[in-house]
Amino acid sequence: MSRLGWLRHPLRAANRRIEAWVTTRVQRVPGPVAINRRRVYILPTRQGIVFAVMLLAMLLGAMNYSNSMAFALTFLLGGLGLVCMHHTHGNLVNLEIGAGRASPVFVGETAEFSVHLHNPSQRPRFALAAGFSQGDAIEPWVDADAGDSGTLLLPVAAKQRGWVKAPRFSVSTDFPLGLFHAWTWAELDMQTLAYPQPAGASLTPPAVDDEGETLQAHRRGDDEFSGVRAYARGDAMSAVHWKASARTGELVVKQFASTAGEDLVLDFDSLGSLGVEARLSQLCRWVLDAHSLGQPWKLRLPGQTLGPALGEAHLNASLRALALHGRPADA
Amino acid sequence: MPPCARSRCTDALPMPEPTRRLVSRHTTLRLLVVLAVVGAPHVLNIPLWAAALVLVIGLWRAGVATRGWPLPGRAVKLAVTGLAVAGVLATFGSLNGQTPGVTLLLLMAALKLTETVRHRDHMVMVMLAYFLLVTHFLFNQEIPMIGFLLLCTVLVTAMLVEVNHPQGPMPLRTTLRSGGIMVAQALPIMVVFFILFPRIPGPLWGLPSDAGANAVTGLSDSMSPGDITNLALSDEVAFRVRFQDEPPPPSQRYWRGPVFWEFDGRTWSQGDSAALSIGGDLGELGNRIDYELTLEANRKPWLLALDMPDTAMSGAFFDRGRSLVSKKAVMERRLLRLTSYTDYVLDRELHPWTRRLALTLPASSSPRAREWVAELRATHGSDQALIRAVLQRFGQDPFTYTLQPPGLGSQPVDQFLFDTRRGFCEHYASAFVVLMRAAGIPARVVTGYQGGERNGGYFIVRQSDAHAWTEVWMEGEGWVRVDPTAAVAADRIEFGLGQALPAGEPVPGLARRTGAWLESVQLQWDMLNAAWNAWVLGYGPELQQQFMAKLGLRDWRRMILTLVLLVTVLLGAVGLWALWQSRPARHADEALQLWNRVSRKLKRIGLERRDSEGPEAWAARVIKQQPELASSMQALTRDYVQARYVGQADAVQRLRAQVRALRV
Repeated sequence: MSRLGWLRHPLRAANRRIEAWVTTRVQRVPGPVAINRRRVYILPTRQGIVFAVMLLAMLLGAMNYSNSMAFALTFLLGGLGLVCMHHTHGNLVNLEIGAGRASPVFVGETAEFSVHLHNPSQRPRFALAAGFSQGDAIEPWVDADAGDSGTLLLPVAAKQRGWVKAPRFSVSTDFPLGLFHAWTWAELDMQTLAYPQPAGASLTPPAVDDEGETLQAHRRGDDEFSGVRAYARGDAMSAVHWKASARTGELVVKQFASTAGEDLVLDFDSLGSLGVEARLSQLCRWVLDAHSLGQPWKLRLPGQTLGPALGEAHLNASLRALALHGRPADA
Repeated sequence: MPPCARSRCTDALPMPEPTRRLVSRHTTLRLLVVLAVVGAPHVLNIPLWAAALVLVIGLWRAGVATRGWPLPGRAVKLAVTGLAVAGVLATFGSLNGQTPGVTLLLLMAALKLTETVRHRDHMVMVMLAYFLLVTHFLFNQEIPMIGFLLLCTVLVTAMLVEVNHPQGPMPLRTTLRSGGIMVAQALPIMVVFFILFPRIPGPLWGLPSDAGANAVTGLSDSMSPGDITNLALSDEVAFRVRFQDEPPPPSQRYWRGPVFWEFDGRTWSQGDSAALSIGGDLGELGNRIDYELTLEANRKPWLLALDMPDTAMSGAFFDRGRSLVSKKAVMERRLLRLTSYTDYVLDRELHPWTRRLALTLPASSSPRAREWVAELRATHGSDQALIRAVLQRFGQDPFTYTLQPPGLGSQPVDQFLFDTRRGFCEHYASAFVVLMRAAGIPARVVTGYQGGERNGGYFIVRQSDAHAWTEVWMEGEGWVRVDPTAAVAADRIEFGLGQALPAGEPVPGLARRTGAWLESVQLQWDMLNAAWNAWVLGYGPELQQQFMAKLGLRDWRRMILTLVLLVTVLLGAVGLWALWQSRPARHADEALQLWNRVSRKLKRIGLERRDSEGPEAWAARVIKQQPELASSMQALTRDYVQARYVGQADAVQRLRAQVRALRV
């Protein structure tokens, strides 16, 4: 049955085969890559087929009524359809696809790779879209004026921590008449980091002194309550000041004065009861909490220790270390 | 930077369905305008109430787009749909047929507008606009329609461009230009298809009863006093004729339409057996005339050949009165190639049954005419003498040829002959045949057209040239044409209606043939129309075959091969044009060329650019070796980088000047 399945959908099967053949020809390159006319594929859209059926009906009508003007209109529209094919092709060809940046994300979020389409020609290009499969168009569409660029966004779900690579994608257009869909495949060397998913706030961070001696966790709840500040991504739900939030209409979290000179030591090994991924998630949560509280922290992972320090750079280095724990450092 | 600042933080990939997209109100408004332009000419074709309803719905939709009025609910839409269908049924009695179909199509298109919200709906409406265009040609195929067709195609295509730009409305100029370019490129392809696409004789299936809305009113299948008079008031073209050689003189330009046998005292009709295909024996032919006749659609089967046609083409036959009759009514303009002989003998022998038919008069009709014929018979022995006497009487007595005859009572022939004596050709023909039959001479009424106006190389025959004459059967001579109108108004035969009637008569403008400039403009226009009709609208299987034979494409396989070849070449040209348009702009390349020239110049002092070197590194090396080149090298590098990587057009110009000035 499955071997003869192509008989049921011969077009779809043929399409799959062609697509499989075409995609093997796509190589991962750093970019920018110019869209060669031999790499532009074009097929009628559903509207294109509707248009063709309408023309056939008009042709039969013209024959039935022996109506010369109806013949003329039918042939004009037929010519228009054929001409449109070249215009759709021309809307895509010779564009340069360049790799853009993508910000790191947490596992479970969607990484957005930006793809720059540069138009080196003197004619503007319209309604270009990215996609992952043929016929697929992900918003936003962009235009690229003559000599100008447009930026497309490729959303990729981050399912695992570590490097997220941009997959093979298509750049396509239906412009100008929507009767034909022209596309090309590209695979650019784009990657971004997926940090571990921050764990819930079930565990409190341990306080570890500089000598490696474990001190009894110093509950921050016992600290002096020093005020509230705006909620930031990664803040624990337990830290949210619900009453104040309800009053102001915006999420705020409680803030406590940290004890001076006391560094937070976040140690991979101290979480012996958990699996590797759960430990990394927990550490990630603590790192984010510490950052939002403005408390310097030291991250200790097998084979490397970061900090103690505070700030954006330290945060990024810590998250990167967590993301790449046990993974090759480059993609 | 905090991580994932712009992320949507959702697990599922966003995959918006393109068809779900809403469309800006500018696009909707433009669509409404385009649909209004495309639909406008139908206001003349559909009932007034339907046009008004379509307009109201369209305006309401515009109000929805601009003022935020609510779209009608489901119940309202259903009710209006029901009313529209009921209205069409009430107006036409059926949903079938051309006019009811178009009315319904327009009403449904308008109703569809009330649910045109999303991108896909707009796409559907644009397709519908293309389809609406074709319906116009069921009603009108005149020359100005080609302009309308091109205009509308550009507008609708521009609309389609706009709908396919999902980011929002585009400048009107951009879409119109884009649509215009594409339509212009499609035009040669249309011409090639029009000429070479194999035409087959239609229709493929039945035509609706009201097809051929372009048809003009022509001869009818019966004749009462006043019928042809009404026709004579019309300037419309009945047909056009192009003679291959010398045209026959006016006195022989009788175009044969329906022949009438049966008379009920007032109205002449063909009789039940008239359609029998027993066209009579034609012999002793002489004076052959070949001609092309472009017949306007008239929803009647008569092909109006010149007296006397020789053979019937396929799909046509000769009826009992030897009228050339098409098996199908003429619903579209037809081009006929015919041969006639002005010298002939028709039916040397008369079948007794036909003779009886040609002598029958209603029992109680025209007692005074019978009386008078009996008197004439007493003094004139031979048939010829009797005919001469009657025609003489028409010429002498105060018989008047007029478009405004007085009304006639219960015995129209008697009243005309002895009381009013004012009549148009049908009065004379009718009275003459009655007199002949009363005298025992077989006779019949022939209607058709007589004369025609010369316009350049062809003749225009108008409805005002409609005519009725008679034929009498003579022993040894067969059916002989006798035109009693010639006896009363000889000018009618020689010079046409306008010259034959006194000045006060309501002759249609063009029949007067005064030679005024307006008339000459109209004749020029007719010449254009004649060419249009013959070569464009009349381009069917027959003409295509002839044309192909001239081009040396004798069989259809060669024709299709040529078609494919030409379309491929034309499309290839369009493809090359599109690629040329999309080519990377030259200034980047020119910058590189200029840069290479700098390298070639510096090669003389051994400082050419190495492949591994970027512009800055090379410049640094050159400046290090030749410090006097520092300023020019720095400027060159700056402009090159700007021209090549920033894409500044003026940087290329500066670079060009500097390269020229560079002395090494």
